[in-house]
Amino acid sequence: MIGALLLAVVLAPTFAIAVILLTRRPRLAEKLNLAASAIAVIAALLLPPLSGDGPHVYWNAYIILDPLGVWVILCAAIVYFLASIYAVGYMRLLDEEARLPRFYALFAGFGLTTLIGPMMNSAGLYWIAIELTTLVSTFLVAFERAPESIEAAWKYIIVVSGGISLALLGTILFYWAGSFVLGPTYDMTWSVLRDAAPRMNPALLVLAFLLVLIGYGTKVGLAPMHTWLPDAHSEGPAPVSAMLSGALLNTAMIGVVRYLSIVDAARLGPVPRVSMIVLGVFSLVVAALFIVRQTGIKRLMAYSSVEHMGVIALGFGFGGALGVAGALYHMLNHSLNKSLMFFGAGSMMRSYQTKDIGGIRTVGRRFPVLGALWLAGAVAITGAPPFGLFASEFTILRAGLRTPSAWAAIFMAILLIVIFIGFLNHFRIMYFEPAAQDIEPRQSVSAWCLVPMWLALAPLFVLGLWWPDAIWGYFGSIAHALEGGIRVASAQP
Amino acid sequence: MLAAHLTPLAASLFSLMAIASLLLAFVMLGSRWLRHYLYAFAAESWLIAALSAAVGFYGNYPELYLIAILTLLFRGCVLPYLILRIIRRLNVAREVHVILQASSCMVIGALAVVFALVVATRIGANLGLAGTVAVLALTVMLAMKLIGFLMLTVRHEAISQILGLLVLENGIFLGAQILVPGMPLLIEIVILFDLLIVVACFGLLVQYLLSHVGTTSSLELRRLVG
Repeated sequence: MIGALLLAVVLAPTFAIAVILLTRRPRLAEKLNLAASAIAVIAALLLPPLSGDGPHVYWNAYIILDPLGVWVILCAAIVYFLASIYAVGYMRLLDEEARLPRFYALFAGFGLTTLIGPMMNSAGLYWIAIELTTLVSTFLVAFERAPESIEAAWKYIIVVSGGISLALLGTILFYWAGSFVLGPTYDMTWSVLRDAAPRMNPALLVLAFLLVLIGYGTKVGLAPMHTWLPDAHSEGPAPVSAMLSGALLNTAMIGVVRYLSIVDAARLGPVPRVSMIVLGVFSLVVAALFIVRQTGIKRLMAYSSVEHMGVIALGFGFGGALGVAGALYHMLNHSLNKSLMFFGAGSMMRSYQTKDIGGIRTVGRRFPVLGALWLAGAVAITGAPPFGLFASEFTILRAGLRTPSAWAAIFMAILLIVIFIGFLNHFRIMYFEPAAQDIEPRQSVSAWCLVPMWLALAPLFVLGLWWPDAIWGYFGSIAHALEGGIRVASAQP
Repeated sequence: MLAAHLTPLAASLFSLMAIASLLLAFVMLGSRWLRHYLYAFAAESWLIAALSAAVGFYGNYPELYLIAILTLLFRGCVLPYLILRIIRRLNVAREVHVILQASSCMVIGALAVVFALVVATRIGANLGLAGTVAVLALTVMLAMKLIGFLMLTVRHEAISQILGLLVLENGIFLGAQILVPGMPLLIEIVILFDLLIVVACFGLLVQYLLSHVGTTSSLELRRLVG
């Protein structure tokens, strides 16, 4: 049963790509991609309750389904589904009818690669999956063919390829460290590495982990390796931005988390966790600075992604049942919320024909429904109650205050307040400042663009008010598996 | 651990090839002509292929012969050919504006090698491998990594950046042959194929750069800031 669901998640987009490339009809392509994403999200929603605690291993142990992976697959599938609905409405506005089939084939391919990344059981194959996400998404970022888009795509592929080549070096050093314990040839699965980690050489492990952290951290968008992120997120079409931010970053984060659990098992002292916490805090600092002075609407959202990846890195860096639970919860909330924000930003960009915050005025009056949804999303993304991000950020803060790195939690709280003020100030200007000259936006926003925003906001609201026990238990089992039962899940939020 | 129990002949052969690859990285660092980069890269790939075969022979890993042939074919022939085609289409023969003179680059590169040597010696001593070819392999691996990043930083022609990335990967591949010859075959082959796709993507992007932005120099890419 679980195997069948897994196949559905993988085969639906694959099938969609094949048929889209064969038929090359724009209308059919958007429906096929939508159907594929719907199948993937239904299967992904069924996975957590059915797959339970234990890891399931398939196909010569190359594929693994463990609670952590399933959770990331779920986040990615939700974003893929929402973005596919939105894409139907958004891409029709672009006047690129002839190239639509290619867009949807790439889009489904991007969905597919982000979905299979978390399933990889071998560190080497995981690296290849991450590399593939880059290659596919580069062409999605460059899709609009404007000079800015091409520039963004070039920076994206150069920076990220350079970054993950460091991750490859780290992976090889991990393999080398393992070969002293396990002999020259072995399967580099996550569990084999973790079981052997206590007997590996500590100095080599620290070097390898730092390389992997910097490498995959580039892909996650942790500062100071984040430089590609604002460009790529702001220049791609809005559904692509949502996928990059909501799905891809989590898929890359899971690699860092898996390696962190390996070095945890080796008990290397504070270096791995502290370096993760430092990167997290630095991401928050960079995000806060750039959010306050931002002029581009999608770049604003992109820096907010840097912020939230910093928060997630802090959550995993603090560790413990609370930290891991908060970080995982934050992944889902961030996926939902950032999709909502990019959808809103995309619609505004198309309506006002500008990417600048300066050109967008009196949103609330002109777009009552869309404006209200977007504003609610903005309040949510800054971590205000009663939305899900408040719950997860608060949990991470509590986790941080219990660790020796409490300074980082205090920094985090201060920076989150700065970001709250800076971010919402931009929205105040866009909603309530009178327009300098007459801006006449195009009025119509299709239902395709509104429905996914509702679908993203509703669960955010529910998750903020009610953290289901089942999810808490699920996070507990993930935390237990990650930390090897060292610190058992105890505290209830 | 293969590197610790080698005959003196094998050890010196491996060392020779590793050092020669490092020297070729310096050739790339010191030249401003794109074709020289390319030839140096191709030569480096041939050396790595020879190294794979040598490790396969002395270490008794028959599957490394396959890797050697594939490396020769992909890294040594197909990749340079693809890049040569891009160079021909672009009409760019050399770096026009240099950010850093070749001589300064070489000095920084030498410092990078020293840094890599320090790190590798400490790790090697920690593992009880001091004085073996493993330390040298680690040094070359890290040094080529740093030199690749140096090339990415100071070169701005699109082709040089692609070649810079390939130097990064060459360094890893070279070190991996000596340090982890038993790495599963599947992963090595997939990484080789992956590299082909990467270069194909780069080729396509370079074309976009040329036709939609009008330049292949990253110095001109400065619309997106802040």
